[in-house]
Amino acid sequence: MNNKYTVYALGIVGIITFTLALSVIPDSLNFFREDKSAMFIFTLMVIMIMLYEVKLAKGSSEPIFLRTIPGLKAVEEAVGRSTEMGRPILYVPGIMDMNEVETVAGVVVLGHVANMTAQYETELDVPVARAIVMQSARQVTKEAYMTQGRPEMFNEDMVHYITDDQFAYAAAVNGIMQRDEPAACLYMGKFFAESLLFAETGNSIGAIQIAGTGSQTQIPFFVTACDYTLMGEEFFAASAYLSKQPELIAGITAQDIIKVILVSFILIAIASRAFFDLGFTEFNLITWLGL
Amino acid sequence: MSFSAILGAWIAAFLTLGIFSYLYRDNPFYKIAEHVFVGISAAYVAAISFWTQIYPNLFGRLFPKDGPLAFTGLEFDFNHEFNILYLFPLLLGVMMLISVFQQFNWMARWGIAYTVAIAAGLKAFGYLNSNVLNQVSASAVDLFSGSLPFFYNETTPYSGDTVFNNIVLVVGTLSALMYFYFSKEQTGNFGRFTRLGIYFLMVSFGASFGFAVMGRISLLVGRFNDLIEYSSSDYNYATFSVLLFIIVTLGIWSFQNPEQKGN
Repeated sequence: MNNKYTVYALGIVGIITFTLALSVIPDSLNFFREDKSAMFIFTLMVIMIMLYEVKLAKGSSEPIFLRTIPGLKAVEEAVGRSTEMGRPILYVPGIMDMNEVETVAGVVVLGHVANMTAQYETELDVPVARAIVMQSARQVTKEAYMTQGRPEMFNEDMVHYITDDQFAYAAAVNGIMQRDEPAACLYMGKFFAESLLFAETGNSIGAIQIAGTGSQTQIPFFVTACDYTLMGEEFFAASAYLSKQPELIAGITAQDIIKVILVSFILIAIASRAFFDLGFTEFNLITWLGL
Repeated sequence: MSFSAILGAWIAAFLTLGIFSYLYRDNPFYKIAEHVFVGISAAYVAAISFWTQIYPNLFGRLFPKDGPLAFTGLEFDFNHEFNILYLFPLLLGVMMLISVFQQFNWMARWGIAYTVAIAAGLKAFGYLNSNVLNQVSASAVDLFSGSLPFFYNETTPYSGDTVFNNIVLVVGTLSALMYFYFSKEQTGNFGRFTRLGIYFLMVSFGASFGFAVMGRISLLVGRFNDLIEYSSSDYNYATFSVLLFIIVTLGIWSFQNPEQKGN
């Protein structure tokens, strides 16, 4: 373990040295922008930690510890409930396209949910608002059904396009909820003003509801109306949690290390600013880094 | 008042009240409004995408006037110059379309992979810059300077810099950040600290919720203003007439469908 942090310390020193070396290159060559040095260092540092954590995870036989996230445990519970009640599961992957990281995360989680529905022979309904998301969701769902050895259960129409328009999509999904009465509604993706419309309707039909989004303005609505909510990074970590693959889980541990580095940096920057404001020194870390 | 304006008001009143009828339960009026809305919006988006994106930006650049592909007989004059790179999005689009045939299903993956990869590359820098470095910079606030009041006073606004506000900001940021630390169980002192973080998050969610609800109320007021306007004699009492029609029809429909009453 100590060896790991030695590697990171040496790596960070190496990155800073490399950046300093680059900054020596004359400006006339227009090769390296010194004002972006902090960004450059941080980006390389993130890449280094990510890659090394993945490498360690691949070579390790011990499972990586991650704390429990109640919302993720509830996904399996929701699939089980739907199976027992003989009612479908409604999965809404947000209203944005595949260029949004939340949508990508939502489609990845859909793959895991489809694995469960294939296993339990539960009906799955995925209305989508974008053509590319429809194609992606179909591919992921099909693969899940093939993996579970149930290709005959896969039906392309289980992932169906409605419309790109936000509120028309919301109206259609609400109608589906009222008519099909799914036992579980999962909202995983990027949402805007339609989030509360979904969650309220799902609540009114008595469905178990699990939401996951990084949209800060919509999390309050999901927290209010859903049974479980995966907030921000919990949602992004969901796919790694559900996959149980060490390489993906290593991504989460790498982010944890980066968070600790950032917290430490904030504390150092506050101390530096205090010394500067109180007149003890002329040096202010944030100003020096050009942030 | 022209006939088209009156007709428009009647349609608007019908569709608005049809959507509001959902508050009673799913019913034929809601279904009509929903299907009209979905159908029109889907067609509208398709038409807009073609005429504002594909037609001028793709065809206009691949087949400009007097361009190298003019021999094909296709010429679209949007003052663009020929750009061969636009063959690439055309190819990806065609591959996406061809994927409707079962044996070419795999072709859709190319477009998806391209979209996801480009988005990841483009957004990585933006996220690191705005969501990480700028946030870190903004969190390095003044906690010890004697130039700031500890609490609010007449010279500083409530939301401005005070030592107390800055302490709240730093503690809230750090504790909320550590709530999303997954590699350690949230127990003991660390658990108490992260619990503080979730309290901060909940307070901010509550404020955001209240703010958004106020925005929704203003939207509702907007719809009611329209309905009130359409209820005047200028529009032949559109709102009242449609409302009465919907209520009476829903009443009859409810009695004819007793099996749905339990819902």
